[in-house]
Amino acid sequence: MAMNPDYELVVIGGGPAGLGAAAAAYDAGLRRILLVERDLEAGGILNQCIHNGFGLHIFKEELTGPEYAGRIIDEIRERGIACLFDTMVLSLEDLGGVKRIGLMSMTEGYRHVTAATVVLAMGCRERTRGAIQTPGTRPSGILTAGTAQRYVNMEGYQVGRRVIILGSGDIGLIMARRMTLEGARVLACVEIMPYPGGLSRNIVQCLEDFGIPLLLSHTISRIEGRRRVEAVTVQKVGEDRRPIPGTEEVFEVDTVLLSVGLIPENELSRAAGIKMDPLTGGPYVFENLETSIPGIFACGNVLHVHDLVDHVTKESRRAGKAAAERVLGEKAGGDAPVIPLLPGPGMGYVLPQKIRKEDFEDSIRVFFRVREPRMTPGRILVRDGEKVILSARRPYMLPGEMDYVDLKPEILSAVTGDHLTLAVES
Amino acid sequence: MYDLAIIGAGVIGSALAYTLSAYDLRILLIEKENDVAMGASRANTALIHAGFDPLSESLMGQLNVEGMRRCYELCRELDVEHRNTGAMVLAFSKEEEETLEVLFQRGLANGCRGLEIISGQAAREKEPHLSGEVFAALWAPEAGVINPWEFTLAMAEVAVRNGAELRLNTEVTGLAREGTVWRIETGGEDRGIRARFLVNAAGVESDRIHNMAAPPAFQILPTRGQYYLLDRTVGPLVHSILFNTPTRAGKGVTVSPTIHDNFLIGPDSEIICDRTDTGVTRSALDEIARLARRIIPSLDVRASIRNFAGVRANSCHNDFFIDMAAEGFLDLAAIKSPGLTAAPAIARLARDLLEEAGLSMTKKEKWTGGRKVVRFKEIPEAERETFIRDHPLYGRVICRCEAITEGEIVAAMQREIPPVSVDRMKRRAGTGMGRCQGGFCGPRVLEIMARETGRDPLEIEEDGRGSYILTGRTKE
Ligand SMILES: Cc1cc2nc3c(=O)[nH]c(=O)nc-3n(C[C@H](O)[C@H](O)[C@H](O)COP(=O)(O)OP(=O)(O)OC[C@H]3O[C@@H](n4cnc5c(N)ncnc54)[C@H](O)[C@@H]3O)c2cc1C
Repeated sequence: MAMNPDYELVVIGGGPAGLGAAAAAYDAGLRRILLVERDLEAGGILNQCIHNGFGLHIFKEELTGPEYAGRIIDEIRERGIACLFDTMVLSLEDLGGVKRIGLMSMTEGYRHVTAATVVLAMGCRERTRGAIQTPGTRPSGILTAGTAQRYVNMEGYQVGRRVIILGSGDIGLIMARRMTLEGARVLACVEIMPYPGGLSRNIVQCLEDFGIPLLLSHTISRIEGRRRVEAVTVQKVGEDRRPIPGTEEVFEVDTVLLSVGLIPENELSRAAGIKMDPLTGGPYVFENLETSIPGIFACGNVLHVHDLVDHVTKESRRAGKAAAERVLGEKAGGDAPVIPLLPGPGMGYVLPQKIRKEDFEDSIRVFFRVREPRMTPGRILVRDGEKVILSARRPYMLPGEMDYVDLKPEILSAVTGDHLTLAVES
Repeated sequence: MYDLAIIGAGVIGSALAYTLSAYDLRILLIEKENDVAMGASRANTALIHAGFDPLSESLMGQLNVEGMRRCYELCRELDVEHRNTGAMVLAFSKEEEETLEVLFQRGLANGCRGLEIISGQAAREKEPHLSGEVFAALWAPEAGVINPWEFTLAMAEVAVRNGAELRLNTEVTGLAREGTVWRIETGGEDRGIRARFLVNAAGVESDRIHNMAAPPAFQILPTRGQYYLLDRTVGPLVHSILFNTPTRAGKGVTVSPTIHDNFLIGPDSEIICDRTDTGVTRSALDEIARLARRIIPSLDVRASIRNFAGVRANSCHNDFFIDMAAEGFLDLAAIKSPGLTAAPAIARLARDLLEEAGLSMTKKEKWTGGRKVVRFKEIPEAERETFIRDHPLYGRVICRCEAITEGEIVAAMQREIPPVSVDRMKRRAGTGMGRCQGGFCGPRVLEIMARETGRDPLEIEEDGRGSYILTGRTKE
């Protein structure tokens, strides 16, 4: 068995990341590919994002979520890649080389398949009220923005009339607009940090254009209501992010939408023994998106939370190609010396976290998020020891907007130290 | 006309209905909420107490151990989720160690088995994350954790299966004695329900029900307890139940595993005015986190999945209040902790008291006990393939966090007491219990419930009556 697994590649998850990885692996020469998706169809979170704004980078036009999904699903169809829908991956094990994947569905039952490589593309889930521990009662009408989005856009139901949004993540912002267009009254969007969590363009197009106030450095300190939400208390917070007494304001609402962060869904990865980066919530990866288990790769929101699907598609293509290279034996990997890439001052996270020092052919794209917003121009610095090997100027920096720098082969080949750091110039 | 009416379908009312369903009696179980187990039996620490804590001369002391043993038996007979984990009471000082000795002796007198006082070192061997400051511990191997809703529901289901009648959404608003019969007013159109015997199992409302039938004898002091539920991703934090040494204020904050392998920390103890106030507060949660870190210093509440609170029916007597308070009227009142554990013993005692009071007990010829629940997670690897081939609905996972399948959801709809809302399904099938709190599965559970009952999805609610989820259809 060890010599001949059922598949060259199994992709777990059929959102943009999984679809992109499968197509790229095919184009790089793999043929025995299986993509597994727990939903009834492919597309993942894109299916509920019916607004515009996808694909500007990849397809050079503005598409809706389902349209974008349609394009990449076509790429899978054209290549004849095998997909299983309505199928849940229950387990992932590394048998020292070959990977064993436990699958279950109504039609095919419970079974295992083996694969030479695996791409993890399970996406992320939303943080809930429990995670942020909002005091008060527990009535109905408190839901995550993504759940609301699913009800409204996919099932055709409204979920509230007078709404307040806690957190300013992108899905919350988009739902502020969507619910307003559906006739609901969105009273405010409340953000505990002094800066918004979502993209600037969403702040403008979803809040400002509709006259919805964004209350920065505020939080919901209490939820009231016996059966359904009746009111919430909003308070200003101090630098310690604790509510400041005397700043209470009560909003009568029947719905609280939560947009307080996304968490990569790595239960399978953890169970398989893959090492996690607490800063991203996803696996540590090498420059080719390979995790700590050789032959298992990760891309998309399971790796780190993205705010643009175009980045996911690009990243997933790299993961799919890297899996193919592993199967076809084009890259040895393995014993090359490893240069850790560390987040320096001002940096929320960097990815990849490790770079193998081998013959660099292509640039390595390094993604990062800064820790704090900065509204004046500044620089991102990559250092090899004390030496600055790359300096990139930015007009402003926001934690809500994922950014990247490309490290060219010639820069990488010249590295002499035992690690690199990426930092915001102080 | 009923032989017996029980007011309140918490664990106590349900345990009594279960016990008495074996006899030839017309039984009515009346509950104001839309399901069983909606009061204290819904939100509590879910512990099977070993029985070393209550004073031996109290009713609690007399009924705890009997209840605990019967609890385990019932869990096996009725397929209720439970685990015998053992418990430790931790002493952080010489003084507290003396209290352990008191508890040890009391436990022996109450009938506990296997009690042992162990060193701090031995305690840390059992629980590697335990604080280095623990000096000594009382080990009680008989303690465990239970699914309290399922326990209550399972007993109520068997009672209903054997002819007991359950009337939900029915609030008792008045009681009157008419000759040798009780007339129960419920505010509805029907002109009163009549029963020969009446049992008050109304939990935190039990003094009010008592006062409708007899002169005041006790007062409930509603005492709220708040909790954190922590996700299992924090790793194997604890294996057994860990208590601080009790003080006069109560058993104090506990750290325990749950039957779903998550972790529960709490409760605090706060007397409140509004008996229905199960809200949580920042100050109490912070204090609970602090006290829990005294036990497990590495504990991180950022793994919180949910906060909740329950209200204890403590009374001024500091004991259960079990008494034939008027003719044909039995109080099973002020059932505070360890009420969940003691429930089967309380039901046995109630049976005896009712018989003494003249309720004739003839065993039914035919009584169908037992209960079986299929849980996908518990099906052994080797059998899954064939099981799903025969039962395809168990091959579709709906709740990802807890791996609950559509088969389990549909099966819950077909039981004796079907769930009426998404939360009621959660308490039966376990959907939405995990880290995403129903974010993913909520809409699908709603859809399945609507499909199976033929109801409009707009009518399916979250929790109790009035807790609507959807407010209409979208424009297009
Ligand atoms: C915070 C907390 C922690 C606890 N921890 C534990 C523990 O770990 N282990 C343990 O053994 N015990 C524990 N207990 C105690 C245990 O939960 C209770 O003793 C037990 O659940 C009481 O059951 P009950 O049926 O008397 O009350 P309840 O479960 O409250 O049931 C009473 C029912 O009566 C109904 N009712 C009230 N008034 C009316 C009316 N007028 N008409 C119709 N229906 C009415 C209510 O709706 C309710 O359903 C704890 C309790 C609390 C609150």
